[in-house]
Amino acid sequence: MNGQVNARAGASGKAGEKVLIADDEPNIVVSLEFMMKREGFHVLVARDGLGALEAIRREHPRLVLLDATMPGMTGFDVCEAVRSDVDTRDTRIVMLTAKGRETDKARGVGAGADAYVTKPFSTRDLVQTVKEMMARDAAE
Amino acid sequence: MKGARNRPGNDPGPRPEVLLALFAAALLLFNFPLLAVWNVPATVFGLPVLPVALFVIWAGLVAILAMVSERRREGGDGPA
Amino acid sequence: MIPAPLVLAVSIGYLALLFTIAAAANRAAAHGRSMISNAWVYALSLAVYCTAWTYFGSVGRAAAGGIWFLPIYLGPMVAMLVAWIVVRKMVRIAHAHRITSIADFIASRYGKSPTLAALVTLITVIGIIPYIALQLKAVSAGYQILTASGGATPAAALPWWRDGTLIVTLALALFTILFGTRHLDSAERHEGMVAAIAFESVVKLVAFLAVGLFVTYGLFGGMADIWAKAQSVPEIAALFSPNTSRAFDYTQWFALTLLSMLSVLLLPRQFQMMVVECTDERHVRRAAWVFPAYLLAINVFVLPVAIGGLVLFGPGRMDAETFVLSLPLTQGAPALALFAYVGGLSAATGMLIVETIAVSTMVCNDLVMPAVLRRPGFAARAPGDLTGLLLNIRRLAIVGVLLLGYLYFQVAGEAYALVSIGLISFAAVAQFGPALLGGMYWRGATRAGAFGGLAGGFLVWAYTLMLPSVAKSGWIPDAFVRDGPLGIALLAPERLLGLSALDPLTHALFWSLLVNIGLYVGLSLRRAPSGAEASQALLFVDAFARHPGAGAPVFWRGAARLDDLMALAGRLLGPERARAVFEAHATETGIADIGDLTPDARLVERVERALAGAVGSASARVLVASVVDEEPVDMEDVLQILDEASQVRIYAHKLEAASAELKAANAQLKTLDQLKDDFVSSVTHELRTPLTSIRALSELMLDAPDMDEAQKAEFLRIIVAESERLGRLVNQVLDLAKIESGLADWHTADVDLAHLVEAAVKATGELFRARGAQVEAHLPQGLPTVRADADRLMQVLMNLLSNAAKFVPEGGGRVDVTLRREGDSLVVAVKDNGPGVPAGEGDTIFEKFRQGGDALSRPSGTGLGLPISRQIVDHFGGAMWLEQESGGGATFAFRLPLQPGGGRTP
Repeated sequence: MNGQVNARAGASGKAGEKVLIADDEPNIVVSLEFMMKREGFHVLVARDGLGALEAIRREHPRLVLLDATMPGMTGFDVCEAVRSDVDTRDTRIVMLTAKGRETDKARGVGAGADAYVTKPFSTRDLVQTVKEMMARDAAE
Repeated sequence: MKGARNRPGNDPGPRPEVLLALFAAALLLFNFPLLAVWNVPATVFGLPVLPVALFVIWAGLVAILAMVSERRREGGDGPA
Repeated sequence: MIPAPLVLAVSIGYLALLFTIAAAANRAAAHGRSMISNAWVYALSLAVYCTAWTYFGSVGRAAAGGIWFLPIYLGPMVAMLVAWIVVRKMVRIAHAHRITSIADFIASRYGKSPTLAALVTLITVIGIIPYIALQLKAVSAGYQILTASGGATPAAALPWWRDGTLIVTLALALFTILFGTRHLDSAERHEGMVAAIAFESVVKLVAFLAVGLFVTYGLFGGMADIWAKAQSVPEIAALFSPNTSRAFDYTQWFALTLLSMLSVLLLPRQFQMMVVECTDERHVRRAAWVFPAYLLAINVFVLPVAIGGLVLFGPGRMDAETFVLSLPLTQGAPALALFAYVGGLSAATGMLIVETIAVSTMVCNDLVMPAVLRRPGFAARAPGDLTGLLLNIRRLAIVGVLLLGYLYFQVAGEAYALVSIGLISFAAVAQFGPALLGGMYWRGATRAGAFGGLAGGFLVWAYTLMLPSVAKSGWIPDAFVRDGPLGIALLAPERLLGLSALDPLTHALFWSLLVNIGLYVGLSLRRAPSGAEASQALLFVDAFARHPGAGAPVFWRGAARLDDLMALAGRLLGPERARAVFEAHATETGIADIGDLTPDARLVERVERALAGAVGSASARVLVASVVDEEPVDMEDVLQILDEASQVRIYAHKLEAASAELKAANAQLKTLDQLKDDFVSSVTHELRTPLTSIRALSELMLDAPDMDEAQKAEFLRIIVAESERLGRLVNQVLDLAKIESGLADWHTADVDLAHLVEAAVKATGELFRARGAQVEAHLPQGLPTVRADADRLMQVLMNLLSNAAKFVPEGGGRVDVTLRREGDSLVVAVKDNGPGVPAGEGDTIFEKFRQGGDALSRPSGTGLGLPISRQIVDHFGGAMWLEQESGGGATFAFRLPLQPGGGRTP
């Protein structure tokens, strides 16, 4: 079961862009999925670190919402792996973590995440963060 | 020697057994009957054996004592 | 050959130089910088052993008997091999008790006996005066050789004011007074003197080596050449041939080695330099080999110079003891002769200065002071500063000792060769050996033994060695020595009991040490040590058993008044130094004002120790006793005080152990703290996860009023589920915290497990039905009850069953619950046919927040169920474990012990 990726049906994103949601908590995935679909993304889901990395390498999502503490490979590890690969290093990564410690935040940024969001997060703020990130990319 | 000024009593120094062994050896080497071994009418390097032998033993003892005295000993039996 | 004024000018100039060096060292010491506190200076200062006797006498002895000058230096070599053991102990003891002389050392060891101190001083003075005369003789003879034309000794006596020897004697007395008696507390040491002596050691070595090189390589073609030339002169060749008719006297050789071994430790000047002036006992380590190396160097050219002199002058034509001067003088090197004379002057003055300081301290502290203290008019409580008096006594003693030496030189000096005089002194101080060395290692030695040994040994020495030497000077009829007193041959001084196999020196050494050791051991064994003796014995013998300065037991009982102690200290130390003693004590005991000090045993002991530095331990004892009310300390008191001290030690040990325990506890606390941090962090994580879903979904619903009903219903269902999870989590965390902290309520009663399992299966039946799983209980009848809390056990069973229900496959699940008796306990096992616990997680499954399987299959788990269950089972003395099934599936089981006699019997 591990490593399996489900491409859920739903409305395509503005430019049909793909977003990968990587989290081991199904109910959090539900909420994130709903949110991203509403924003017009094509949503991919992974339930652990290894699956997330595989999906990123295969599907090249524009954006990844990455849970920091997943079984097996952690979000930090995934982030570092993504950044060290020429093919995937431009992927936008938003790190999600349930531990609000400053050290974790620093670790996330050190691993190369573009943004760092603490659980429980505000859906509006998260959407705002994603929107700004996309707009900045479009402007470049 | 300068660095060892602050705390007397912690210097283990040479081991007492070694010193006592040297002491016994020195008493033997400098006295009868070993002394009779050096006391012969021969010469070495044109010099009589007895004084040469005594001075050589003497120098040897100084050298060994210097060696065991100057060697740094870790830990040891200093007062705990 | 060399004009007398020049020789005098050089001599005085040399003394002035010594003066300058000593003054510089004293100045440095006053500024807190010690010039002498290093092992090299210490080793050089020990070379005060090499006196004019070495400088001139060795060559004389070598010219007369070949290698017979050597045992005097081989003995120190042998002794120095154990310096780290023996000398270091002497230094440690002397510093701990402010001992300033050998008389003080011995007297202090045997209960601070004034009589013993006086006896040792007397022996020293009588024994050492010939030695002092020897030095004066050497200086005087050297002066005459340099200034006289030719080598003959001028017989005409000069008027005393033109007598160079007397002038030198007085100049030395002045020098010694200036640098030896500036301070009163001898324990403060004489930095200037030590610096000057170390310098002198360098001068005499260089001068002697210069002469040696001049003779060996200047006048001859090396040592072998000298030897070859000597072989051609039959008289000289015979002198050095090993197989001449004279048998090699191995006994005398051994006696000389032993004698010099003892002397290097016991001569007053050696004790002064080696023990009293030692600034740091660790210097002994290096000095132990540097000093013998120095002796080796200064002796290398003795034989070449002696034989060279014999070859050049011809045997018997010139006094061999003057070769060091006469060889360069007659062979065209007068400047070298003058330098050699300065070297000899160095050797002599060094010895004279140190010896007289050491002896004057002893005379003052151990002969004069006790007499002054006993004077009826003298009261220790009387006012008045005594420091000036003490210093003047010492100054007088210095002049007195030197003048006595001068007198001996005038009266008997000419009759004897240097070497013989020196050996007489050696044999005298050797008498200190048994009492001093024995006292350092034998607790049982007593004052009576020491006194008997010293007195007996000294009398035998005087009779067998001193008396014959006086007889040879013509003061006593020859017949006395030859035939014995009144013609009794058995009492002849040099052949006691007819023992004629030994030479006079060995003979004297043998009998004196035999009597000495015999009395020392015999009298010591006759009677057990008194309290005062035993207490000092312990402090000396166990000197290394304690930290320096810390925790030494104080053997004193009585009452004292602070004012009396202060007044006494003030009189003998001067007001400033006395105040310093009390201030140091106040600082150590944590008292702000010295007026508030308690005059307890420790303070009395401290004052006595300070006084000992000034007047010697025996006099200090008498002085302190005169101002305090003492109770005599007997053996029982000593044992009791020791016991108290060991109680203190035990207490210290306990403190140490307690502090070690505290450290361990602290480490444990830190680990617990870390665990708590991890726990809190995990709890936080577990709380945030359901909160995240709840918040996100609620916000989404709020922001999308147009959401379709099905979506809305799903979201609401999740929100409810996550809220339940949150509630469960909070309950379980609280539950666990209660159990772990021991605050949980336990309602212990007899529990019928079979009944309980049945109830649990019934309660969880809905869970299994929902997953289409079968659950079956296998419950034998008639099992005994266990003592436990039924509700808590129900919690455990529900947890195991609901876990099983979660992990069994949808539709085809099967769970078996069994109850059985195993020995003295009941075992409950819950077996499922789920995927089992992944390999490697079996160990951690009982830890908090470790959940089996992946997230999808444990939607309602909190990760606390199993840890709580295990805690509950543990609480009732049972155990919980996991059994892995090889064909998949897991079995969780627990065991509860049966109460003996507490249940139904089948």
